[in-house]
Amino acid sequence: MAESHLKIAIRRIKKDSLAIAGFCVICAFAFIALLDVVPVPYRDAGGLHFNRTALDYLARKPVELSYSPPLARTGVLNRKEFALHSLHLLGTNILGEDVLYDALKGVRTAFIIGIVPLVIAAFFAIVLGLLAGYYGGWVDDVIQYIYQVLSSIPGILLLIAMLTVMERGIWQLCIALGVTSWVGLCRLIRGETLKVRSMEYVEAARALGASDARLLFRQILPNVMYLVVIEMTLDFSGLVMSEAVLTYIGVGVEPGTGSWGRMILSADRELPNGIWWNLTGASVLLFLLVLAFNLFADALRDALDPRLRKG
Amino acid sequence: MVYYIVRRVLLAVPTVLGVCIVTFLLFNVFASPEAIARRQLGKNPTTAQVQAWVHAHGMDKPMFFNLKPASDSRVHVLDSRFWSQMRELLLFQFPESDYLHENVGSLIKARIVPSLTITVPAFLLSIIVTLPLALFVAYYRGTYLDRTALFVCVILMSIVILNYIIVGQYLLAVVFKYFPIYGYEFGLNAWKFVFLPVILAVAAGLGGGLRFYRTVMLNEVRADYVRTAMAKGVSESGILFKHVLKNAMIPILTTTVLSIPFLITGSLLLEMYFGIPGMGNLLLNAVNNSDYPIIRTLTYVYSLLYIAGSILTDISYTLVDPRVILE
Repeated sequence: MAESHLKIAIRRIKKDSLAIAGFCVICAFAFIALLDVVPVPYRDAGGLHFNRTALDYLARKPVELSYSPPLARTGVLNRKEFALHSLHLLGTNILGEDVLYDALKGVRTAFIIGIVPLVIAAFFAIVLGLLAGYYGGWVDDVIQYIYQVLSSIPGILLLIAMLTVMERGIWQLCIALGVTSWVGLCRLIRGETLKVRSMEYVEAARALGASDARLLFRQILPNVMYLVVIEMTLDFSGLVMSEAVLTYIGVGVEPGTGSWGRMILSADRELPNGIWWNLTGASVLLFLLVLAFNLFADALRDALDPRLRKG
Repeated sequence: MVYYIVRRVLLAVPTVLGVCIVTFLLFNVFASPEAIARRQLGKNPTTAQVQAWVHAHGMDKPMFFNLKPASDSRVHVLDSRFWSQMRELLLFQFPESDYLHENVGSLIKARIVPSLTITVPAFLLSIIVTLPLALFVAYYRGTYLDRTALFVCVILMSIVILNYIIVGQYLLAVVFKYFPIYGYEFGLNAWKFVFLPVILAVAAGLGGGLRFYRTVMLNEVRADYVRTAMAKGVSESGILFKHVLKNAMIPILTTTVLSIPFLITGSLLLEMYFGIPGMGNLLLNAVNNSDYPIIRTLTYVYSLLYIAGSILTDISYTLVDPRVILE
């Protein structure tokens, strides 16, 4: 029964305190990302505006002149001290923007990069994997050839090639990451479909006259979905990290989008001058989110994957 | 054996062709020649300049088949962008760089050695460090030590490689001055500059590698032959080092080869960050200058290396596992 299966999984995860902690951290981050989606409209001389989010409303601070250390009262620009408008928990960056606010803006970007490519990849992987495993023959040959070719191009190069050709932007990045990350899951689904399609219950449904589409989506797909769930949680961390790396090397999100990669990039010039808070702010949030997801994903895999089940 | 190798190489041919087609489509269908020309010509080029550039680079030719008669009134069907670019890649007659105005082939040749001085030591050192550690952790499986090690692995895996590089360089080269910060020297003096990037590459891969090797070893520990060995009184360390390690070699070999693309990412950032004039550096400069011929060629070359690597892995299976017979 599908429900009891899920219940078993939840019970197993509940026993793992690290996974629970990870899940709570993920929820906290998701809440911040949601705050950055909900608009808080404001009115000025130009009329009603909707381009301010709840996060902007809560966390945005007045812009200072330049750098200032965390919790300082004054900053220094051209050897002259200047007074700060407000207290900054993580200081300000070169443009005088609040580092904590910048880092929190990165959360929504991280969730978009961690989820949208996975949805794209899961779509390709499920459709192609099911078709290849179910029909076999030339369909299987063609699909295997496609992923053979794609997996022969090192992912980072294919990404760079795609991103240099496209305009820069977060959605372009999602498409490129989605196109480059479906092969592994597709292989797994194909293999599992091969196994499942000749099982008794599928044979029984076929004997009752079920159509191919019904067999694929009602009988086989639910039994390979656990692979999709496992793979998606395991891949999330990698995607969030690749956003940072790709933005760092110049093919990531466009300027103006919150990005931990760009904050880390500016640390190159800052660290030798003793300015550590920009790097720290971005790195700590990135680390916490990735760590939480890694812990949770491991527990989820152990709970869901029948291959890992003992006795 | 020879038959197997020949067959594998022949089977790789369609894959190589596929890689060529993918790169061609990317750089010719998704980017228009005019847009490429404008990026290279810089400030507001005139239409005539753009057209001259497009013509000089042969990008005004038809995409796949040239059905128009040429000036000598003959039809050169294959005088098209697709076939000329395919010919370039397949015969290793690489094009000229748009930005550096040098042949991409000679550019790559000059940069292979610096790249290899980073990746090869990093690759070997990470195996030398990680395998014994994994055996050690597997030996103490199920204990407090094992659980702590696993947690540390997850923490190490959760740190993005950028942090290893930035913090590592800052602490070890800037603050403690153990290593030079930036630069490269050819010849024997290279080791001074190579040392720190190699250490950082190993550190960045340690968590994931250790955890994976441990899993592989533990899968083997549950096998029947281990119980047999225990029953006849082989010591625990004897079992691990003699029996388990040998049997774990196949999955380990597979992933070490599969990890090569990740080595590329690592070396890309390391080369950029430490000023090592390797292929990664070439690629990143090409990205910044929209130098498509370099990106196109490097994608192809790296893919060839990857395909060659996977064939070599399959062959190396026979060396570690006599049960594998390649026919």
